[in-house]
Amino acid sequence: MSILRLEKLQVRYGSIEALRGIDLHVEPGETITLIGANGAGKTTTMNAIVGLVPACGGQVFYQDKDVTRTDTKEKVRDGMILSPEGRQIFPGFTVRENLMMGAYLRGKGEAPETLETVLELFPRLRERLGQMGSTLSGGEQQMLAIARAMMAKPALLLLDEPSLGLAPLVIKDIFRMICRIHEMGTTILLVEQNARMALKVSDRAYVLETGRIALHDTAAALLKSDVVRRTYLGEG
Amino acid sequence: MFLQQLINGVTIGSMYALVAIGYSMIFSVLQLINFSNGSMYMLGAYVALMLYLRLEGHFLLAFAGSLVIVGVIGYGVDRFALRPLRKKKSNRMASLMSTFGVGIVIDNAIQLLFGSETKSFPNQLDFGSFSVGNAIVSWTQVLILLICSVLMAALSLVVYRTKAGRAMRSTAENVDAARLMGVDVKRVISVTFVVSAVMATVAGTLVSMYYRTVDLNMSAQVGMKTFAAAVLGGVGVLPGAMVGGLLIGILETLGASYISSGYRDAYAFMIMVLVLLIKPSGLLGRAASSKL
Repeated sequence: MSILRLEKLQVRYGSIEALRGIDLHVEPGETITLIGANGAGKTTTMNAIVGLVPACGGQVFYQDKDVTRTDTKEKVRDGMILSPEGRQIFPGFTVRENLMMGAYLRGKGEAPETLETVLELFPRLRERLGQMGSTLSGGEQQMLAIARAMMAKPALLLLDEPSLGLAPLVIKDIFRMICRIHEMGTTILLVEQNARMALKVSDRAYVLETGRIALHDTAAALLKSDVVRRTYLGEG
Repeated sequence: MFLQQLINGVTIGSMYALVAIGYSMIFSVLQLINFSNGSMYMLGAYVALMLYLRLEGHFLLAFAGSLVIVGVIGYGVDRFALRPLRKKKSNRMASLMSTFGVGIVIDNAIQLLFGSETKSFPNQLDFGSFSVGNAIVSWTQVLILLICSVLMAALSLVVYRTKAGRAMRSTAENVDAARLMGVDVKRVISVTFVVSAVMATVAGTLVSMYYRTVDLNMSAQVGMKTFAAAVLGGVGVLPGAMVGGLLIGILETLGASYISSGYRDAYAFMIMVLVLLIKPSGLLGRAASSKL
């Protein structure tokens, strides 16, 4: 049983075809990466999966249910959680309030316990609990965005460009987190421009080009593939 | 004299605050100024009066009925005049014009249904008055202040202490992120419109009782003045609307008695312009917002 399956997913922005029929699948426990150049449709794919943008064709299956037209709220309740591009934290909320928003749909009783688990994963946030989200550094905001997603106890975690605009050392931290989350048994679909790092933590990967899947293979194979090395890893 | 004017100013200012809250709350979740808010204030007063005349003697029932009716109309304004525009992702100016249009429709519907003459509104809160020093305070004023304080306290509690309030504030902070947390943004917006319509109705009814009349100027006059109050306090910030409303009520009353009553309706805007020149985000506003 795939946890997520896209079949010929299409999205349009006015007359522009952003996605021209995407097929992909994610199995439980996997970390899957979607790589591609700017404007290839990576973020659109993520937003269409959770329902922030409507699909104009094709289908999205989550845990074998057709959720193409399902409300975002229902998907969140069923454990499909997106940590969006650009972090999108609540700047005027404290770090604690931001984290608690992650558990918005879950019972009040279990939230404190989850908070403890999440803070163990992100110790830096513990020191910042009372601070406003807007006062955090870029790296800390990214940590907060991922931690907030973890507060929902995701079955499928969608991470959109977690390394965007961060310093190399911070990016390493973020990828270490992603590995930890993967080891905890969470299924991850990752969108990244930093293809090398992403492929190293992934089981399989898809290469997206102008709204289509151009390549699909195991991450190890793609790391060795000539096309990928030239186009996405910046090697001769 | 000063104490008397201060008391009068606080009374009317607290009513402005209730209406200003409506502007502020809707702005915070939609980044939209709802220019039909003044019309809801007038509609509230007229519906309360109409129900009162029908249900002779049952003022509380009439008042409750007006809250329900105008609350539903408030929901309808969003549902039929604004949500379709959001769905089509039309630009914000279209929504703004739509709220203007709704205001005009409501104002004219009131004129058609109730006529254009000034009507007297019976004061149900008239329990006499008492004096404090050389100022006279009516029980009407005390009750208005009491009702207003209770409402504002209750609203603040809901907004800052409950899950529904968290949903509303997170929508105001970042709509897409709120949606990703599982917040039902559509419902948050609907509730905001209902609450602002209810607040406007309470204010419209109380003010009409206080002045003992209703007329067709209420909408434009108070609508624009309370908009100024919301901007002055920092639009999108709940305490800002409260402070802005009170301040405008007090200063216009003092201005009318010490400077000239002819400029009564202009003081609000003079104050607003002055404050914005010094602090563009309003008295309690956070970073200046470029969206209108």
